[in-house]
Parts: sequence; structure tokens; C-alpha cells
Amino acid sequence: MIKEFWLNAACVALLLAVVLAGAIFDEPYYITLATKVTILAMAGVGLNLALGYGGLISFGHAAFFGIGGYAAGILASHALNYEPLATWPIEIGGTTQMLVIWPVAAIVSAVFAAVIGAFSLRTSGVYFIMITLAFAQMIYYFAISWPSYGGEDGLSVYLRSEFPGLNTMNGASFFAICFVWLMAVVWGSSRMVNAGFGLALQATKQNAERVEAVGIAPFRIRLTAFIISGAITGVAGALYVDLNRFVSPSMLSWHTSGEIMVFVILGGVARLFGPLVGAALFIVLEQSLGGITENWQFWLGAILIVVVLFGRGGAIGLLAKEVRHD
Amino acid sequence: MRPLAGPLFYFLPMSASLFIEQILNGLQFGVMLFLMSAGLTLVFGVMGLINLAHGSLYMIGAFAAAAVAGWTGSYWLGLMASLAAAAMVGALVEVTVIRRLYRRDHLDQVLATFALILLFSEGTRWLFGPFPLYLDVPDALSGTVSLPFGIAYSKYRLAIIAAGLLIAVGLFLLIAKTRLGVRIRAGESDREMIAALGVDISKLYTIVFALGAALAGLAGAMVGTIQSVEVGMGEPVLILAFVVTVIGGIGSIKGAFLGALLVGVTDTLGRFLLPVILKSVFEPSLATSVGSALASMLIYLLMAVVLIWRPSGLAGKAA
Amino acid sequence: MLKSLTAIAIAAALVAGPALAADQAVKVGMITTLSGGGSGLGIDVRDGFLLAIKGNDKIEMVIEDDQRKPDVAVQIADKMIQSDKVDVLTGIIWSNLAMAVVPAVVNQGKFYLSPNAGPSALAGKGCHKNYFNVAWQNDNLHEAAGAYANGAGFKNSFILAPNYPAGKDALTGYKRFFKGEPAGEVYTKLGQTDYAAEIAQIRASGADSVFFFLPGGMGISFMKQWAQAGIDLPVVGPAFSFDQGILQAVGDAALGVKNTSQWSKDLDNAANVKFVADFQAEFGRLPSLYASQGYDTANLLISAMAKADVSDADAFRAALEAADFASTRGDFAFAKNHHPIQDIYVREVVKEGDVLTNKIVSLALEDHSDAYVADCSM
Repeated sequence: MIKEFWLNAACVALLLAVVLAGAIFDEPYYITLATKVTILAMAGVGLNLALGYGGLISFGHAAFFGIGGYAAGILASHALNYEPLATWPIEIGGTTQMLVIWPVAAIVSAVFAAVIGAFSLRTSGVYFIMITLAFAQMIYYFAISWPSYGGEDGLSVYLRSEFPGLNTMNGASFFAICFVWLMAVVWGSSRMVNAGFGLALQATKQNAERVEAVGIAPFRIRLTAFIISGAITGVAGALYVDLNRFVSPSMLSWHTSGEIMVFVILGGVARLFGPLVGAALFIVLEQSLGGITENWQFWLGAILIVVVLFGRGGAIGLLAKEVRHD
Repeated sequence: MRPLAGPLFYFLPMSASLFIEQILNGLQFGVMLFLMSAGLTLVFGVMGLINLAHGSLYMIGAFAAAAVAGWTGSYWLGLMASLAAAAMVGALVEVTVIRRLYRRDHLDQVLATFALILLFSEGTRWLFGPFPLYLDVPDALSGTVSLPFGIAYSKYRLAIIAAGLLIAVGLFLLIAKTRLGVRIRAGESDREMIAALGVDISKLYTIVFALGAALAGLAGAMVGTIQSVEVGMGEPVLILAFVVTVIGGIGSIKGAFLGALLVGVTDTLGRFLLPVILKSVFEPSLATSVGSALASMLIYLLMAVVLIWRPSGLAGKAA
Repeated sequence: MLKSLTAIAIAAALVAGPALAADQAVKVGMITTLSGGGSGLGIDVRDGFLLAIKGNDKIEMVIEDDQRKPDVAVQIADKMIQSDKVDVLTGIIWSNLAMAVVPAVVNQGKFYLSPNAGPSALAGKGCHKNYFNVAWQNDNLHEAAGAYANGAGFKNSFILAPNYPAGKDALTGYKRFFKGEPAGEVYTKLGQTDYAAEIAQIRASGADSVFFFLPGGMGISFMKQWAQAGIDLPVVGPAFSFDQGILQAVGDAALGVKNTSQWSKDLDNAANVKFVADFQAEFGRLPSLYASQGYDTANLLISAMAKADVSDADAFRAALEAADFASTRGDFAFAKNHHPIQDIYVREVVKEGDVLTNKIVSLALEDHSDAYVADCSM
């Protein structure tokens, strides 16, 4: 594990170095890219909790990413247009305060995760993969055809939401917020994974009957994990909307689900920093290949296949030269 | 439209023909979905593999048909080409990539076949350019036929229904009666056993994968004829095929058949009826937009309901 | 294949070539769709634009692929403004991407010239002094179709479009000018490819004509299935489903269909004749509507550069407003919301030899502006 630790440290250092370089050489786009990696990695950390540690292969995490995003976008747009969100029974206005938006995004995503999870967790294996996909597709089509918040056109919020004492429109400050979030959720999941709850969760992945025999209900453990996982991905979605100052149904599409999953697998399933490594690799590949050829998706596909076939355990596994047997 | 507003009974006799025509449309859609899902469910049942790239084989079939029909001027040669091309690409991919994934978990399969989609879509665009290709209905099947109740129905769509049903019967016979079928069934129930019996299992897997690919390619060519042959055409169909497979119960050809017809008819009737029914409740423009929104979510709703009711699909064995 | 390689080579040469130190050099950022579905439109806009600026060493291009994803488009726009320091942005094909990118870009003091999308939100209240639309307001071609329908004597058209904002704008636009009563109004699923259910409804509705807005592959599917359904009703739609890029894929099913467009390859003016000939010589294919829009956008830019320095934003804006360039569509002027005032024609799909194309049959709307100009407080 020592080796993986240093690898993780190097990764974080590299991310910070990119931001530093962006600040020094006045290349704000580097900072934007680093922020994108950080946010997508956070979404991946959320998914990793369900997928990596709980063995719950959700192909519908775009739903939570998008719901978190829409929560942020809707709150901010109401605040910017001075339209109250609800007038009955009490008047509730929108807000552009991140400190309010985050809990709302987390709670709304958690509620959806609870409902989707409660139904989906009755199934397992491929059925689970597909039913989570189905729920995400339902929400996707709803978002496209619901006119109030722009439908397929999406919703522009023009300004990033505010955080007390920081100018969030400054790339480095906003990166700092996202980075702290990522570190917090990584730390939180490492605590959780090694605590009683996490051990029980991993045990349900290995052998659900045995867990049940000890008197723990696997369903409740799994549902709790799924809800926490959805909430984390939801907050990442809210941050992503602030990065782009824009939210649209494409955040809810199955491609997004697939990409979040790719980050997790590419970096290494059930590894704390796997999503960060995966997201960083993906974005770097996308950017560098896109600069070389118009057909970059072809080469991206080819590289991904090579990674799956020969790099078991994801990039971290490949570099740390240890294959996990689980 | 006006005569349709109001209770459903108003359909008859005024729109009985419309209703029957929509059922036929749903049937035709379902039959196409069956061709797509049959391969998917076979590959999953026998090899335990999730293949996201199944939609790419559908696209390859359509492009091969359009290209060959364009060169030779013969639709039927194009149709042959779609079968051959999809089967060949399928076999090739099985040998080079897919067979290394059987022993992996679903995650690696999802990632690798997701990557295959990128590879195939962009590769096809590279070869054929960014514009859609032309593929038209052969003269023999062009136009409409008159059916009872005054329905004029497209000959080509009727032909699709017939071809699809024929292939379904053929597939059942193949699996029930032939030696290959026995091996496929054996592969589904006990993989070690079949290897012990001296069957060349890797060859069997290649054949099953190529068979599924050929069916997808054929579906692509048949649908491409009346739709648009373009890059990315396989993705919406792929998602639908997964919905069908899951509703039917993974690994079951019979389930896929039931699921495909159910999804086809539900989707078609939903698109047609929901806005009409809602018009008796809401004002017209709201009814149209709410109805369309609901209709596009309907089959996913159907899938969720089926899975909640029967967690391993209609014809699936308990997990 | 070879042709597209030439196009890439030209693009690469333009991107890589060092900007000559001309006092008026302008750096243009083009965000457009070059990969995946719908890339044909982006490629046409790019090629039309590059054709117009060929040999012009005062324009430096940065071209990036948005993959038709709004978030990617926003990030590219940030990069072009922050790192590449572009003066002018252009290229976006889709309304939803334009809505994501344009407001932020113009609020940062950059100019945006739209070669394709014209969402109503940017034409009315959301208009901006630095935003210029060189194509059309989204409703325009649909309005023209409605006007044509009146002239053709249609009384109850069946109208359909996908269930998303541009689809709703399309049906609203048609109804704004259409004096008859729609026999039915259907919103289809975005990306839907099978229209059997809708065609059956059209047959049963007793409509005397059909208006549809189904861009890209959706339109190809609809027309092919319509031709097989054997219903003998006139069909009219905006040019998007009958464009040069996809017409060959629709095939003879499209023959005789009327569609509305602000441009056609047979428009008889010097600029257009030269454009059509040059485009064919350069790329070996017939130009499309989108290529003409890219070409016009570039020529508008060149005309403004001749009059003012881009660093003097007010003067440059005035130069753009003058629209003092030879448009491929003949007369062209900007309304006060910076959207075109232009003629919109009715075209008919015809066959020239083996190639399907369009010819103009009549004028649908003369010097047409848009319905939102009054809401714009510029």
C-alpha cells in the first residue's frame, strides 16, 4: 500500500502543479481543465463508493450528477431573475450562496437516490445496471421535454454562485473550493470504508448471505451507500454547473453515466484516488488527441481497450504493479 | 384529431383502422427490436458478456448495405452484405478483444465495449464521411397494400414483420433442434461441462457472437432502408435493446421476443394515445407537450415496473 | 476522403500559419461540431468560412471541436478567450450550445458572429450589442413556410416537430403566419427515427398538407417513410431537412417537396455564383446552406475589418452593423437586434443529372425580420 500512497500523493501534486503553472504563466485554461478534472473526479468518488466498495454497478449516476446540477442552476436562476421559487405556503426565493446550494443539491440528489435505490436494489447484476440506466433515461427525457427550465436548451446562470470571502469567478479560487471538496470526500470515503459501515458494505459485495447471517440487512447497507454515493455525485454536479455557468440535459445523458464509470474503472476500482487518476487521464487523452486529429475518438477508444485488456486494476494497479484479487 | 378527443370508445368505428394500423406499427417496431435483442441476450446467456457495442454492429450492417447497394444497384446484394459484414466484424472483434473479457467482471466488459463504440463510430465516419448515406426500399416492396378495414399499409413494413417472425422461428428451431443449439443451451447452463464434453468452446463462442452480430447487422440494414444511415444510429437502438433484454429476462430468446413486442407496441401506442387521452383533461397544447414527455419516458417506466414486479424479467430464471 | 483531407490540411495550415504583423489582424475562435453526429453541418460551416478567408493573412483562426456538448463548448470558449486571446468567436451550430456560450462571451466584451443558431432568447430581451446573427432567427424559415402555405391554399396542415425548444419555436413560427387551422399538432421524441405512428395519424386526420421540422437524420427517416406510406399530400418544411448534405440520403422521396430557405445555390447574384463555383473547385462537392452561412459570416467579418480596428470595439461594431458585404443571398441588412433582414424563398427539390438539389420557385417573405425585434432594447 505504501507504493499506492506515493502514487496518490504524486497525482495530487501534479494536479496542483498544473494549477500553479496556469497561474504563473497566465494560462487560465489549465486551471479550468484542472477544475474540471477535480469535479469529475469527485463525481467518480461518489460512484466508486457504490460501485467499487459496494459492488453496485450503477449505469445511471448521470441522474444524480444532473439533478445536483439542476438544483444549483434552478436556485441560482431564480435568484438572478428575482423570481421566488415557491410562494405557498411560505415564500422561498432562489439563492446564489454556495453554502445553501450545496446542501440543497446533496439533499435533492439523496432523495432521488433513495427512491431509485429502493426500487433498483431489489434486483442485482446486469438487471441492476440496466434499471439504474432506465431511471436515468426517464429523468433525461423529462428534462428535455420540460419547458420551464429551458428543456434541451438548458439553463444559463451567467455568474458563478458566491462563497463568503472568495471571488469565485477567479479560476484559482474556484479550483480551491473544488479541490477542498474532493479531498474532503476522499477523506470521508476512506474513513467510511474502514469503519464498521464500510466493512459491512464490502462484505455484502463479497458474500451477502454471510452478512445477513450476522444480523445485518444487506439491503439497508446497500441503500445507505447508494444514497451517500448519489449525494456526493450530486454536489459534484452542482460544482460542475458553477464551472460552466450552465446546466443542460446532456449532464443527464447515458454518455455522462458511461464517462463517470470510465473514470472510476480507468483509475482503478475501489481505490480512493482511482477516480482522480482516471478523470485526469481521460481529460489529458481527450485534449492531446483532439489537438492531433479530428478522429481522436477512434484513438481514444483504441487506447481504452488496450488499458482494459492489459492494465488490470486500472492505471493505479498498472503503476503500483499489484493486481487485486477480489 | 378532433373526433378522437374524448373517451377511448369514440375511436370505434371511426378510427378502428387507425388503431389497427398502430398495432401493426408497434408489431413491426417490436420485431426489429427482437432482431437486435436476440444477439444481445444470446451473448449474455452463453458467454455472460455485456456488449455495449452491439449497436455498432447494427450500424455496420446498415453502412455495408448502403455501400454495396450503392455500388451494385441491387438492394438484395446489400442485404447479404450487411449480414456478411456484421458477422465478419463480429467474429474479428470476438477473437481480438471480446474473448479476453469473458472471465472479467461486468465492469471491464462495460468499459471495453464502451471503448469499442468510440472506435467503431469514429472509424465509420472516417471511412464514409460525415454525411448520411442513401439506401432505399427495393421496387418490389415499394408502396402500400390494401388490408381489411380500409387500411393501406406499407409493403416494406409488412415484409419486415414477416421477415422478423421468420427469423424468430428459425432461431427457435436452431436452438431447439440443431447440434449447435444443443451446445448453446449447454453453454448457458454449464460451461465447464461442455468443455469436458470435448466441444471446442472458443469456436462455439465465436460462432454465437458472430450470429448475434449478423442479426444486428441485418436489423440495421432493414431499418436503415426506411431511416437514416448515419454514424451513431446504433446508440438509441442499443438502449432500447437492453430494455427489451432486461424486460424479457437476460439469456432468454423467448423472453426477448415477448419483451420486444411489448416494448414495440407500448411505445407506439403510447406516442399515439397519451396526448389524445390527456386532451380530455388538459388544454390541447399542454396535453400535447405533457403527453409527448410521458410517451418518451413510457418504456423506461414499463421496464422499472416489470423489474419491480419480477426482478429477473418476464422469462428470466431467479437470480 | 481525399477531399476531406485537403480541407483538414487547409484548416491546419491556417491554424498553424504565423499571424503576419498586420495592424488590423483579427484572431477568430471557431467552436463547431466536427466529430460525432451532426458533424456534417459543422464541417460545412467551417469549410465555407475558410473558403472566404483563403489567402487573407490578417485573419488567424483557432478551430476547436465542441462534440455537440454544451459543457465542452463553454470550456472551449473560456480557453479561446483566456489562452488564445481571440477577438471574435463564431461557429456554433446548435441553439442549446449557443445559449450556453454566447451570453458569457459577449458579456466579456468579445464579438460573437452566429453562422447558424438563432434562438429567440437571444433575439428579444436577451439581445446584445456584441452578438450578430448572420444566418436567421430560428423561427424565420418556419414563418416563411406558413406564409407559403397560405399562398398555396392550405387550410388545415398537420404539423409536427421534435419535443424540444427549437421544435416548439418551429410550430409557433409556422402558426404565426399560417392562416388556416392545424388539423393536428404532434411533438415527437428528440432523435426519434420511426414515424409510422405519426404518419398513420396524419392519414387519419383529414389534413390537406403537412408541415414538419425534423432536422438531420430525423428528417431523412420521416421523408423515406412518408414516401412509402403512399399518402398524396403536399409536404412543406424548412430547408434543414432538404439540405445538400442530406438530400442524397433521402433520395427520390424528396423530389418535388417545397422547402423554405434564405439561400439557394441557383440564386443569381455575383457573390453567389462565385461562391458556388469556388466551393466546388475547392472541396469537390456542392455547397450547402450551412456552407453559405459560414462564407457570409467570414465576409461580414472581412468587411468590418476593412473599416475599423477590432481593438476599437465601438467602431468595429458600427462596421459590423453596416453589413457592407456582398452576401451570397443578395440583399442583407441587420435589424436593430442584429438579426438579418432578408428575403426568404420557397425552393423545390429537383434532380440535376444524378444529383438531387434545390431550385427556387418563389419568394415567400420579402425583407423579413423577426418577431422578437420589438423586445430588444438596443
